[in-house]
Formats: sequence, structure tokens, C-alpha cells
Amino acid sequence: MSHSLRVNPIACEAHGVCAELLPELITQDPWGYPIVAPGPVPDGLLPLARRAAAACPTLALLLTPDE
Amino acid sequence: MTQAIKNTLPRLIPPGGPLTLAEHLARYGPVPFGDEPGRAGGPSTADLIGEVERAGLTGRGGAGFPAGRKMRAVAETGRRAGPLRSQVGTVVVANGAESEPASGKDRLLLTRAPHLVLDGVALAAEAVGATRGYLSLHAGAGELAADLAAVIAERDRLGLNRVPIQVVTVAGTYVASQETALVSQLNGGAARPSFVPPRPSQKGAHGRPTLVLNVETLAHVALIARFGADWFGELGTPSARSAGSALVTVSGAVRQPGVYEIALGTPVGDLIRRAGGPAEAPQAILAGGYFGGWLPYEPALHIPLSDPDLRAAGAALGPGVLVVLPVSACGLAETAWIAGYLASQSAGQCGPCTNGLPALADTLGQLAFARPDGGASWGDDPPGPTPGLGWAEQLMGLVRGRGACHLPDGTAGFVASGLRVFADEVRQHSVAGPCARVRRPPLLPAPGYGGRA
Repeated sequence: MSHSLRVNPIACEAHGVCAELLPELITQDPWGYPIVAPGPVPDGLLPLARRAAAACPTLALLLTPDE
Repeated sequence: MTQAIKNTLPRLIPPGGPLTLAEHLARYGPVPFGDEPGRAGGPSTADLIGEVERAGLTGRGGAGFPAGRKMRAVAETGRRAGPLRSQVGTVVVANGAESEPASGKDRLLLTRAPHLVLDGVALAAEAVGATRGYLSLHAGAGELAADLAAVIAERDRLGLNRVPIQVVTVAGTYVASQETALVSQLNGGAARPSFVPPRPSQKGAHGRPTLVLNVETLAHVALIARFGADWFGELGTPSARSAGSALVTVSGAVRQPGVYEIALGTPVGDLIRRAGGPAEAPQAILAGGYFGGWLPYEPALHIPLSDPDLRAAGAALGPGVLVVLPVSACGLAETAWIAGYLASQSAGQCGPCTNGLPALADTLGQLAFARPDGGASWGDDPPGPTPGLGWAEQLMGLVRGRGACHLPDGTAGFVASGLRVFADEVRQHSVAGPCARVRRPPLLPAPGYGGRA
């Protein structure tokens, strides 16, 4: 099953940890908030995506199975 | 099936004053509850959801989501939500907290045809297994709240409500009547949208599966329950999402502004004619409210009033709003004014919205009002024929899809349509500074907003 990254924009406080840990898929806007590449996370990046989601200080980065 | 009323407009708001309960029941027939004897042929409430789905009724609050699908989701979650998958009571919320400033149709409907809305609440409550109902209004609704509480009490005595229905008033801000913000307020929280999932249909008021439908949508449900999906579809266009009739608020430079009920698919020009035609030379039409878009006047007249058709043209049907902009107003200044209003309505929760909408509003303000040599600052704008335009485009790309609610998307869409339709003004302002028309007071309403500091 494929997984996708999603940001809870209410919880996100632009700490920038995710962009630091997963620059392959996450960049930052001019205010520091993450911009996530759309679509499923490539298999090879899943472990890094999991780590980035777990490392978010506000748990705003969500890695969820696609429906 | 109840003897169908003549299938002509108006369906929802009969001419003359509001009908008494007795007059209402005489006109439309008894409320067709599932356990009422003597009904023949009409959809039972067990089938009401299927009938609403078959009718193709879409939400009339602005988003246009299929009403039947929403009802089915709530009914199904309710059936499996309790301990050991026993049924729990769901909640129905009639959303009458009209927060689109140029819309007046929900208020008029609740004033003139409250029984039709409340029939819809009761029927929808029965269909989705609700045990509670709410009717939400704007805090500024005034006497309407007390009037509706009296109507509800009258119906209660005759057992017509099926569930206790409470009138609640909610905040008057633009996002306060968005459905997750509404649910938040019913739960004692702030008037702010929340992150989904869970959607209200999964976990809403009091943690229960909650059906939030616009009051006009519920009035159509009351008619579909009585007369069926086929009757409903006799008006409107057969294409998806355009069945039935809808209330549209027409304002701006027309001779007879007001609320009109139209068959969906009616050309914009026909409705403008019904509203008395332009009161002065027109230049553009805002269709769909502030989550809709601007259309140049002449080409707009031929567009059918349906969400797919208006979207294809760069606007929307929204909650049914048309504003005619006269040539005496500056379309760019109006767009900048509303961009500022929408930025002021941000709940301040999501970073891209909190930062991006004020930046976008400021950019529009500079495009509209700055002198060409006035030292306007454009962020990282790449050099181009019109300074600022590129930065505005970038900002719109940065806010789209990045909020918990659709305020950023709606604002970006509205601004994009303004920059497209008023492209000549943008060029002229950038060369010669603001036109004389910017001194005219804004035409578009922005309650509680005094302009950007």
C-alpha cells in the first residue's frame, strides 16, 4: 500500500525539522512552512518519511496510507 | 405521493407573507414521515436518502457537495458508531449562519418559509437517525432567532419536529459558518475551522456523527420527500450537479436587487433581466460570492447559472450570488478591497494563510492604489511588464490548498479572476497610478472591515 505525507496546517509551527530531515520531498515557503511534494512517497524514502513525521515537534506531519 | 404542487417557480418562497403552519401544510401537504399512515407512492424516509441522491441535490451553502452522499455518510456512521456497533444518535445542523456578505437568501428563506426548512430538518433527522437538531444563525440575526424559536415551539406541540431543535447563534466572521467551525462552536469551542479528518459526518457535535446542511438545501429535501426526485429534476439541467432550483441574491448595479429563485441552468442574462436590468452601464459580474470570481459583463450573460458552467468560465455558483459592477467603479480597487477583507477574516491558525493572505492583500492594494514611483515593494518579484503581478501570482500559488479550510483557496481564486478580468486596469494603474474611480466608496460589502492599515 502506498503512503502520502500531509501537513496539519493548524498544528504546524514552522519548526522546519521535516524539511531538514526530508529535503527530497519537503521544501519551505518564504515563512518557513513546509511544502510537501504531492503524490505517494517513493518506497525508498519511506523510512526517512517515517522518521520526519516522528520528529515533528508538534506532530503536524502525517504519513498516512492512501485510500 | 403527495399531490404535487404545480411545478413552476417559486418552489421555496411563495409570494406574500410567510405562511402559517396550517397554510403551509395546506399548500405542500403533510410532512411525509416514515411512520405516517396514508402515504401512497412517495419516498418513505427509509428511502429518503436514496431519493435525495437520485434527485442530484447539491448543497446550496456554497460548496455544492452532494446532499444525499452527506446524509448517507452520517446515517452509516451512526449505525456503526456505538458500543458493539450499536446505533448512536446522530445530530442534524441546519446552517442558516449565512456569512457570505453579498448573500441574503438564507435569511429571507428563514423569514418567509421557516416551515419548509424545519420540515427538512425533521425529515433529515429521521432519515439519518438523529436525536438532536440545531438551527444555527448569525449572531446579528436579531429578532429572527426569537421568531424561529417560537415557530419551533409551535411545531413541537404538534410533534412535527421529531427531535429537539435548538436555535443557536454563531460568530459573524466569514469562516464561522464553515461546517467544522460551526461544529466547534456547538461544542463550546472557538469559531475556527478544524483539521479533517475527522469530518463532522464522522465525529461532530458532542462527538457524534453530524449532518450539516444549508437551510435552503433542507428546504429542497422537504420538497423531494413530498414530491420525489423526478419532480425535483423537472427544473434545472440534466447535467450532473445542476438539478432543481436555487435561490440567488442579485445586487450591485441592478434596478431591482433582491433574492430570486431560478431553475439551475437559467442564463445569467435572464436573471439580470428579472432583476430589472442594469441600473447603470455595467462592466463585470461577480458570480458565487468571494469564493467565486469576476466575469466580464457581456460574455457572462450567456453562461448558464450552474456550478459546472460558471466554474468553466472562471467563477462559481457558490451560495447563489450575483453582483453587477458598474463602469463607474474600479474593478481592481474592488478586488483589492475584498482581498483585504478576506485576509482580515483568517482565523489565524494556519501559517500559509496567516502570512500569505495579508501579503496578497497588500500586493493588490499596491497594484490598485500605489503611484508608479511610490516605492512599492514587491517581494522577490521578477522584473516584468507590470511590477507586482508576478509576486501576486507567486503568493496565490503559495496559499492554495495549504489551509485547514478553503479561505486561502477561495481568496486566491477570487484575486486571480480579478487580475484576469481587470487586466487593463492593472496595466493602466501601473503606468499612470490609480484611476479617479478608486475614490468611489467600495460597492462590495465587507462587514466589520475598515480597510488595511
